[in-house]
Amino acid sequence: MTDLTALTLDEARNGLAAKTFTAVELAQAHIKAIEAARALNAYVLETPEKALDRAKASDARRAKGEAGRLEGIPLGIKDLFATEGVLTTASSKILGNFVPPYESTVTSQLWRDGAVMLGKLNNDEFAMGSSNETSAFGPVVNPVLPANWSQEQAREKLKSACDRRETEGWEAPAETADLYMKFAKRGYGYGPEAAKELQGLLVPGGSSGGSSAAVAANLCLGATATDTGGSIRQPAAFTGTVGIKPTYGRCSRWGIVAFASSLDQAGPIAKTVKDCAALMTSMAGHDPRDSTSVDIPVPDYEAAVGKSVKGLTIGIPKEYRVEGMPPEIEALWMKGADMLRAAGANIVDVSLPHTKYALPAYYIVAPAEASSNLARYDGVRYGLRVPGKDIIDLYEKTRAEGFGREVKRRIMIGTYVLSAGYYDAYYLRAQKIRTLIKRDFEEVYARGVHAILTPATPSAAFGIGEKGSADPVEMYLNDIFTVTVNMAGLPGLALPGGVDAKGLPLGLQLIGRPFDEETLFSVAQVIEDQAGRISAKRWW
Amino acid sequence: MSVDAATVRRIARLSRIALPEADVPVMQAEINAILGFVEQLEQVDVEGVEPMTSVTPMALKMREDVVTDGNDAARVTKNAPQSEDHYFLVPKVVE
Repeated sequence: MTDLTALTLDEARNGLAAKTFTAVELAQAHIKAIEAARALNAYVLETPEKALDRAKASDARRAKGEAGRLEGIPLGIKDLFATEGVLTTASSKILGNFVPPYESTVTSQLWRDGAVMLGKLNNDEFAMGSSNETSAFGPVVNPVLPANWSQEQAREKLKSACDRRETEGWEAPAETADLYMKFAKRGYGYGPEAAKELQGLLVPGGSSGGSSAAVAANLCLGATATDTGGSIRQPAAFTGTVGIKPTYGRCSRWGIVAFASSLDQAGPIAKTVKDCAALMTSMAGHDPRDSTSVDIPVPDYEAAVGKSVKGLTIGIPKEYRVEGMPPEIEALWMKGADMLRAAGANIVDVSLPHTKYALPAYYIVAPAEASSNLARYDGVRYGLRVPGKDIIDLYEKTRAEGFGREVKRRIMIGTYVLSAGYYDAYYLRAQKIRTLIKRDFEEVYARGVHAILTPATPSAAFGIGEKGSADPVEMYLNDIFTVTVNMAGLPGLALPGGVDAKGLPLGLQLIGRPFDEETLFSVAQVIEDQAGRISAKRWW
Repeated sequence: MSVDAATVRRIARLSRIALPEADVPVMQAEINAILGFVEQLEQVDVEGVEPMTSVTPMALKMREDVVTDGNDAARVTKNAPQSEDHYFLVPKVVE
């Protein structure tokens, strides 16, 4: 039989419908693949028993003629989504033992439509990062091999890191240790010393690095992800997968661990444009429990896939031609424009003059909201608690022990920019600039532009341990092309446009009008048809 | 704008994060790197620009003022590090 994990979501759906294989067989194939790929560290928790139970129930539903639109499709879930009765840690020590008594709206809609959960996926701690290296579970390894590396060389690296993690690593909280211990003899994930052994292998992007790596390595047919400044699109670009951040308000944020509430949106990462559209159709929709979720009907996004782009106007913003951008990325961008031109779209130059201010404004708005959202982690109601001599001491010790470096720094920046005397100079000014960024897009769309084409990232995937250790801003610059979209609340889709001279995937980004994800799916399919898919060869 | 060590200690206190003295210089340097990066926002003319309060043009919805949830103390306190009779336990706060 063919390798079931190599199928796309759409192909698997057809195979299930034609009874070529069952949901149980499909789940088993993925469970086996996940076990064999533990060294990639994409999953932080595997739920094989649950997956098989749900697959069995799915087969039963199908036999009764009650198949949903994602019936029997095995998915990975970013560990930022609350899953009832299943550990949900946000890859933070402070939530290391948190078992939610409720299910996030987005995941509940996926289960409603018949999907099957394989486990929880690694991410940057509280989704704060662009390389998955801030995770308390340690880095995720990109299944894409570094340039000029042999498979043996990469396997050696993984092996020495795995040997290392048997002697170090984060001790699981006692209440949940048995769940984690299935992974490793001692500890779980990669500790700082083991992570050093991984240097040279590539990061999968972040914060949804577990999601992008799992999809690229065929460890699920699709994954949930979240995007606050690029956390779906940049990992998709780094791994040669497809990801979409929908319009703000399109998906409910209820039950998703909050980072920056005015920017956070959930979306899928998958192997193809069509697979992404299928997942979006289930994930989107109004939810009375999220007052910012929008009460407008959800279209069948798959119907937009394959639609002609003839006569559509696609904008090319000159401000995305940034200093120091590799010529290969510029060339890929122009090739993307040519593909759309060949399909009958009109390509026009547009201007988004405030683009360069989006990233600095983001680094005021996002930490400010984070400092407020993360105030809830106080060692009293849930999560880690470190005893103190009084309540303040308890708070301070708990938060010092429970949060990682990146998270602490962002909370402190946020606290500073919101503090008395600095609010106007920082936060208020940043929110005014956000208005200007949004206005730039509105003016372009008012001129009849249907979508905007840009590169997804200023570089291909970089190495583990390579960036941001001396200057945090170096890491932040990764999100320069994606962050504007969050600031303006627009939909953005990233997909593979090709590979660079060293064979690493490069992504293109399509930015749409509010609530017009459909045009993005139509345009993206045209690019996918011409650029082709990128699939990583198994070496781990 | 940049922050001095005393300000870093004050922010840590406001953030309720214990910051060991040895970590203050590193945190100070990192915060200043970020503040240096965001300084370019001063170049933008924001005269007369409304600060963004909602990224989508919609009014915040109000729901019916009715009880929809509750009477579930066991589930609410289930994840508490320390609880007793459905109360959260904390160190003494009132002398």
